[in-house]
Amino acid sequence: MVEKGKTPMLDELERGPWPSFVREIKRAGRKKEAPNDLLKQLELSYKDKVTHWKHGGVVGVRGYGGGVIGRYSDSPEEFPNIAAFHTFRVNQPSGWFYTTKALRQICDIWERFGSGLTNFHGSTGDLILLGAPSENIQPCFDALTEEAGFDLGGSASVLRTPSACVGPARCEYACIDTLDLCNDITHTFQDYIHRPHWGYKFKIKISGCPNDCVAAIARADLPIVGTWRGALRIDQDAVREYVNNGFDIENEVVRQCPTEALEWDANLKELRLRAEECVRCMHCINMMPKALRPGVEKGATILIGGKAPLVKGARLGWVLIPFMKLEPPYTELKDLLERIWDWWDEHAMTRERVAELIERLGMAKFLKAIGIEPCPEMVWQPRTNAFIF
Amino acid sequence: MATDIGPPDFRAMLPEVIKKNYGKWKYHEILRPGVLKHVSEDGDILYTIRVGSPRLLAIDTVRDICDIADKFCNGHLRFTSRHNIEFMVTDESKVEPLIQEIRNKLGFPVGGTGRCISNIVHTQGWIHCHTPATDASGVVKAIMDELYEYFVEEKLPAKLRISEACCGNMCGAIHCSDIGIVGMHTRPPSRIDDENFLTWCEIPTTLASCPTAAIRRHTTEDGKKTVRIIEERCMYCGNCYTVCAAMPIAHPEGDGVAIFVGGKVSNAKTPPKFPRLASPWIPNNPPRWPEVVSAVKNIVEVYAKHARKGERLGDWIDRVGWPTFFRLTGIPFTEKHIDDFTGALATYRTSTHLKL
Repeated sequence: MVEKGKTPMLDELERGPWPSFVREIKRAGRKKEAPNDLLKQLELSYKDKVTHWKHGGVVGVRGYGGGVIGRYSDSPEEFPNIAAFHTFRVNQPSGWFYTTKALRQICDIWERFGSGLTNFHGSTGDLILLGAPSENIQPCFDALTEEAGFDLGGSASVLRTPSACVGPARCEYACIDTLDLCNDITHTFQDYIHRPHWGYKFKIKISGCPNDCVAAIARADLPIVGTWRGALRIDQDAVREYVNNGFDIENEVVRQCPTEALEWDANLKELRLRAEECVRCMHCINMMPKALRPGVEKGATILIGGKAPLVKGARLGWVLIPFMKLEPPYTELKDLLERIWDWWDEHAMTRERVAELIERLGMAKFLKAIGIEPCPEMVWQPRTNAFIF
Repeated sequence: MATDIGPPDFRAMLPEVIKKNYGKWKYHEILRPGVLKHVSEDGDILYTIRVGSPRLLAIDTVRDICDIADKFCNGHLRFTSRHNIEFMVTDESKVEPLIQEIRNKLGFPVGGTGRCISNIVHTQGWIHCHTPATDASGVVKAIMDELYEYFVEEKLPAKLRISEACCGNMCGAIHCSDIGIVGMHTRPPSRIDDENFLTWCEIPTTLASCPTAAIRRHTTEDGKKTVRIIEERCMYCGNCYTVCAAMPIAHPEGDGVAIFVGGKVSNAKTPPKFPRLASPWIPNNPPRWPEVVSAVKNIVEVYAKHARKGERLGDWIDRVGWPTFFRLTGIPFTEKHIDDFTGALATYRTSTHLKL
């Protein structure tokens, strides 16, 4: 326990209606000393307005080049219980589904080897175990794999832990089996996840529909976004039920359609779709999920190059393959990934993401190297300049 | 020693009703904030209770969560991409007792669906990171205490996604959120550790890490190889510190946060888009960051008052225009808001479509 009054600023954050992380740290501190030192060091950061973690430090488990983040306090004399306080990234099951048995096993292992603090979950998707001393890293990993059946996720210049939305497990919008695909590629590419093969990180995220609940287009080097070909499905009786219950279909759906593909016939009480105009934005389906559904021929749009700002600015993923069927064993996708990785690995500078490499060398070179034909769906508009040859 | 076993198969984690109806869900409804009802082709029904969490959890709290899932959900549960917990039941009569149990045992709020503010995706901050320009958990706690009503009640025109990243690396992927809060350094690395430079860092890698070529080689008077910064070129991105531990960039007074608004990842109606700068710098003022909290709250309230039903924050701003956004929010527009980085030219107005 931290003595009363030692951490006044953090104590303040125990108040208020939103769940308090301070309360969680204090709760873990009833069983272990490390969380108490963490709280005191954090209080010092609140006072000093800077972090008190040192830069990096290479730690790991035998045979892997990633999955554990080294972390050392810059004031080890003052906070000896967090002098070394390393983090495990534990690869989550697809869609973040758990049994309580699995979670309890992880809790028991983490009680034996670590601080008892976790994140559900980290930004990449992993289950985060926050803070273990150096000597516990290998035994904790051994227990995670052998007793609980969990493995580490990715860190550093590796294939980062793939993640997926809830998909067909609990969403009627899912156009692909996001969970199976995520699980399959995670297992297929274990070597790339655990051992740095490239000059920088590579991320894959899988959303089942264009609502993109895992933010694939913003965050993944290879965003996979479920979609469909042909017309979306309309249940006219269910549409009428919405309208009869007072739903303003004209203003909330028809006039919001970005391509004016919908028309409401108020006399016949029928919603008409010009299927060739629909761009699959999901708005009408989101508004009337009981009446409208994606079409039956399902697959995904494959994009390339999403990333956060460092260093040359954030990039949204660019359309690479407008429509790909995605069914096990996903050979077409896996072959594509290997071709992309080969070209990227061959040409990229250190710490250059695939989007930055494409910008530097040109989309045309990239497409040629990976054997993809250009198509107009790849661009908003063709070039404006005459510097063509 | 086992390696490369990969994660457990998700199929072993699924509740029976999901195994039975996998890929066969027909539609869903939001019964009230935080309570979803999914109906399958076969007529099976699943109720989901969404619960906000602080993300950072003690294992004893995880065990409490497990106790609830054992008692009500046959020992299954899931988490969302925004740090929420989801409990799932098939029996409608269990919904209310389950919510009561969550309230009594965890004290966590139920909500975050539909036109609510969902949980704030965030990063480690001062709790566990070496590059932050601000804390994450504390900023999030302070904001969510103030915006709590928007999590438990559907009071907004559309969904609103807030994210917080403690530096420009943006592990929290804030760069496509409706409101993105990002830690900012505003001073160049000033305490270059010449003693340890060659032990910790490679000079060529460090030079190459700088997007503005602001780092140059330097030899000290006693002959030590190190680097110096051309300060007027530095844009404070911190990329050099990521590759070289001898160049700390954090500064107690220089560090703070910026607020970006109007991003989204969904394709619904309009394409995904980046958020744009609203407030360039607000000081770190722990433990409650009052200036940040009031700035975020102001944006939320102005949006809630003026946007049309179903309109995301960025879509509203695009419709009414940025001059209107700055006028309504009272946020001053400065030279800092005019882009001078890659892609800047595309943001300069090339039309006379102006509201004058």
